[in-house]
Amino acid sequence: MDLCHLTAHEIHDLLVKREVSAVEVAESVFQQIDNVEEKIHSYITLTREDALAKAAEVDSKIKAGEEIPPLAGVPIAIKDNMCTNGVLTTCGSKILCNYVPPYDATVVRKLKEQDAVIVGKANMDEFAMGASTETSHYGVTRNPWDTSAVPGGSSGGPATATIAGEAICALGSDTGGSIRQPASLCGVVGLKPTYGRVSRNGIVAFASSLDQVGTFTKDVADCALMLNAIGGKDEMDSTSVDIPVPDYTKSLINDVKGIRIGVPKEYFVEEGTDPEVTEKVRNAVKVLEKLGAICEEVSLPHTDYGIADYQIISAAEASANLARFDGTRYGYKAEDADSVTQLYKRTRSEGFGAEVKRRIMLGTYVLSAGFYDAYYLKAQKVRTLIKNDFDQAFKRFDVLVTPTSPTPAFKIGEKMDDPLTMYLSDIFTVNCNMAGVPGMSIPCGFSSAGLPIGLQIMAKPFAEEMIFRVAYTFEQNTEHHLKRPKISDE
Amino acid sequence: MSGKYQTVIGVEIHVELTTKTKLFCSCAVDFEAKPNTRTCPVCLAMPGTLPVLNAKALEYGIRAGLALNCQISERSIFERKNYFYPDLPKGFQDSQLHQPLSHDGYVEINTNGGKKRIRIHRAHIEGDTARLLHTGEGEIDESLTSFVDFNRSCMPLIEIVTYPDMRSVEEMRAYYETVKSIMQYIEVSDCDMEKGQFRIEANVSLRAVDNPEITTERTEIKNLNSIRYATRAVEYEIKRHTKALESGRTLTMETRLFDVNKGVTRAMRSKEEAHDYRYFPEPDLVPVEPDRDWVEEIRRNLPELPDARRQRFMDEYDLPEHDATLLVSDKKLADYYESCVKSYSNPKTVSNWVLNELLALLSNARQNIDECKITPEHFAGMMKLVDDGTISGKIAKTVYEEMFNTAKMADVIVKEKGLLQIADEAEIARIVEQVMAENPGPVQDYRDGKKKAMGFLIGQVMKATKGKANPQLVNKIFGEKL
Repeated sequence: MDLCHLTAHEIHDLLVKREVSAVEVAESVFQQIDNVEEKIHSYITLTREDALAKAAEVDSKIKAGEEIPPLAGVPIAIKDNMCTNGVLTTCGSKILCNYVPPYDATVVRKLKEQDAVIVGKANMDEFAMGASTETSHYGVTRNPWDTSAVPGGSSGGPATATIAGEAICALGSDTGGSIRQPASLCGVVGLKPTYGRVSRNGIVAFASSLDQVGTFTKDVADCALMLNAIGGKDEMDSTSVDIPVPDYTKSLINDVKGIRIGVPKEYFVEEGTDPEVTEKVRNAVKVLEKLGAICEEVSLPHTDYGIADYQIISAAEASANLARFDGTRYGYKAEDADSVTQLYKRTRSEGFGAEVKRRIMLGTYVLSAGFYDAYYLKAQKVRTLIKNDFDQAFKRFDVLVTPTSPTPAFKIGEKMDDPLTMYLSDIFTVNCNMAGVPGMSIPCGFSSAGLPIGLQIMAKPFAEEMIFRVAYTFEQNTEHHLKRPKISDE
Repeated sequence: MSGKYQTVIGVEIHVELTTKTKLFCSCAVDFEAKPNTRTCPVCLAMPGTLPVLNAKALEYGIRAGLALNCQISERSIFERKNYFYPDLPKGFQDSQLHQPLSHDGYVEINTNGGKKRIRIHRAHIEGDTARLLHTGEGEIDESLTSFVDFNRSCMPLIEIVTYPDMRSVEEMRAYYETVKSIMQYIEVSDCDMEKGQFRIEANVSLRAVDNPEITTERTEIKNLNSIRYATRAVEYEIKRHTKALESGRTLTMETRLFDVNKGVTRAMRSKEEAHDYRYFPEPDLVPVEPDRDWVEEIRRNLPELPDARRQRFMDEYDLPEHDATLLVSDKKLADYYESCVKSYSNPKTVSNWVLNELLALLSNARQNIDECKITPEHFAGMMKLVDDGTISGKIAKTVYEEMFNTAKMADVIVKEKGLLQIADEAEIARIVEQVMAENPGPVQDYRDGKKKAMGFLIGQVMKATKGKANPQLVNKIFGEKL
């Protein structure tokens, strides 16, 4: 198998044994990019020179007999809403078409500290608002399993790069499902950690109380290595939590005997869910049961309020977070404005795409005088109810399992005309963000059309170890995670 | 003041804190720095940055709340105040509205009618905006270009808001002086209004004394860069509101700017058309829940505040209220006074010299008290010479001024300038006789009963001795000879 299709832990072994060099690994990835990028379009910016230089550096260290960290020499894609010092960071938007940050996001710095190789900045829905990576100013990203289908979003690029061999693994962000849903649609492992587990410093904010940085990997073991690297309290982020980061690789245990698994009935309604999704997920539950887990139905009664609740809260926070983009200090600036007000209006009208504008207007509305109580305040109260549902469930269960996405990958263009339909793609993922709990999507099957289907596993706050255990067990007893897409003309 | 209408004034004061670093980032707080040299991605609101609360600023906020007799909230939060303006890089300001750091306090002011309590609604922390400089005349209307200096962006501020308890411009002034003094005493700010460290906004309305329901809508006045401007602006507003009520109008609630050159207020151009700030809790900052033991420790460590100090000066040093008030108005001056009293233990004398001589000298030389060359030792040395008769009280004034200018000790000055008092009776007698001989007219006037002529004669003796004659002896000898 080509080096670009290996996992990080496999590559680490090869590097340590000196069977391959880091430069060879990086070159394999860039060769694959040359092969498929035109079809997939995972990236906005590639940093080939720096990547090869870093790989060479790692090789020198290995030659000198130095011990290298687990991610050293591993090519990683970074979603383009994470600040990278000296490298263009666009958030998939025209309004940042020329923005070069003067600092690294904390998670980027941590990867660099492990001598990871940064391949480039991956494509995304503009400002992380979307579920299909169709709203990027820099073009659509296509699903490697079927290039006429979407990869999901908003972290489409990181997902496709990971499964297509254009990176070994990737960093993404998840506000309402933006890691888990594309992971499900692309057949990779996607983790959204507990809110506060990973620093948000340097991640361009969409919805401050919902955003989390997470990972795309081809297996659960790589996910553990990534979370080990990026987790932890950060002085620069007041919302990051001071709880020590355990060694998550110790949770890669192939045993779920006695583990209590809750199956929330509200996530298994017929309407809107593809029957093949339901079938594959129910099969997955049976697999876990056979392996000794105790599976039982549970109710999360406020599930149905999730989408509306999420839309209100995320739009409100986004409307404030995106107010800074005004053309005065950085980014796109409208020409020939003859007043400050005109500068702001033109810059933002010309610089933002339709979906972003939609959400800013919605967010402004729900915060405005006369509507705040009915919408925003009410939404925050409902959010507490949603969180309570999870708290109650986790008293009885170690994990909850659900489908990740109601459907496999849909066709490009299929949902762009109806934003509300697009929003429903997140129906199974949003409540996890609302409650702040960790959630992981792992491959659990394929549709008859050959499109991946994902299983979502959630646990209580800071109980990622439990998720790793259940996910690893499932993975080791199935083979879905071993499949790779055949990208036509590869 | 017309007895028909009553002025109602509320005041908002913004105090810029002298912490080492800003409220949400580690940029230095530096009022002298060149523009845009104390900035970082956080206070420039670059994408991806997050605020981190400065613990010292919180401490200063608590200190201020306690000094203003406020309750310190067990839990307070920051909120985003959303609007667009070039001095607000994030497009929102982090402030506190619904759950401020401290609330429900008061200060006592001294007015002509006695003491009065002004109630404080809240004292909260917020991040400052950047500073705008308009080219041309300095007013936004006339300029074509405006510059933004982000050094001030996110500097820590305390905002103090009163209930509308003030009833006159005098009360407003007294409140301003009182709060300024308190903030200086607790050392949270230098309160230099010229540097924008102490900013005031006034809210004015007017109502009929016999029917408070007849009232104008309140006017908020901004752009008051000194207490003098504030006074003038409020006086103008009172006139404007009076005219309104007298013609049966009640005005509309609005914000007006004070135009210094024309001495009037005018409606603000639409800075932000609507005043809907869409406040919501700041999700990037956790709620502030100060440890109660810590709050008590801060309370214990509060220095003696101006009111208490004034009372102590009156009790301990037996000073009249007026003198005590002047001395405590500036903490450094009060400190200086007390250190002088330690060296020369006649508080009344020290007070006289400080208030009657030193303040004028400082003012003329445009010096602050901490630049004063006269140390307590200087002063004590001089007073010793006065007490033992070496120099007269009058000569001492000359010596004092010389000490102020040169920092030389009193005895050195007396020696250098030959200022020793003449206390030789024979010598004085000789001069008295000479003066009497040269001025027969006044001598006769005195003998005829015009007592005032004595003053002239004594003056002549002083003139002849260049002020060095011992006044008691001169009096005695004249008494003998006339």
